[in-house]
Amino acid sequence: MLHIVNKSPAERNALDSCLRVALEGGAILLIEDAVYAATRGNEGESKLRVALGRFKVYALAPDLEARGMQDRVMEGITTVDYGGFVDLVAEHKNCQSWL
Amino acid sequence: MSEGTIKKFMFVNRKAPYGTVYALEALEVVLITAAFDQDVSLVFMDDGVFQLKKGQQTKGIENKNFSPTYRALDGYDIEKLYVEEEALATRGLSEDDLLVDVTVMSRADLGKLMEGQDVVLTF
Repeated sequence: MLHIVNKSPAERNALDSCLRVALEGGAILLIEDAVYAATRGNEGESKLRVALGRFKVYALAPDLEARGMQDRVMEGITTVDYGGFVDLVAEHKNCQSWL
Repeated sequence: MSEGTIKKFMFVNRKAPYGTVYALEALEVVLITAAFDQDVSLVFMDDGVFQLKKGQQTKGIENKNFSPTYRALDGYDIEKLYVEEEALATRGLSEDDLLVDVTVMSRADLGKLMEGQDVVLTF
């Protein structure tokens, strides 16, 4: 399953809930304010680093660029553009948006 | 408000830009308040510190990049910008990452500053 998260990790617990529930081998796509979770030095960095061993994690590049965070994406996270977003949705059997 | 009265207005920004409309709306209200010659100060705390991050490029998300407006605030005599020290630290940011000159302050000192205001509006 593709898990799509769009909320800042400092403001909502959507990413935490997703990480708790998602099955190993799934994919997580961070979009909108959730891209802050993909950046180095954020409070939840170590938690997401552990999760990288269980999930493939992606972050949406246009959202990183809008926020001026494109230069600080954590190693191990793949950035994708809108075309890549569509590909991820198409590649997975189903997806869930953690609003 | 009687004519000629100057009140101390503080705007507290707590949200990241673009994900919600709060940051942009706050900026609009700040500019309106300044037009009435009030004593305006801005606080950036929690995710609000992201509003001041350098290097925002919004072409890809087709949104207006309003971050240059923060640099124009001193033209409206808005020079009191305060940033929560702890919020920067927990987001991997430093003062150098911000696009305007600010006063970095601890939560405790921000609390004292808030206490001295006439009006506090949080976005």
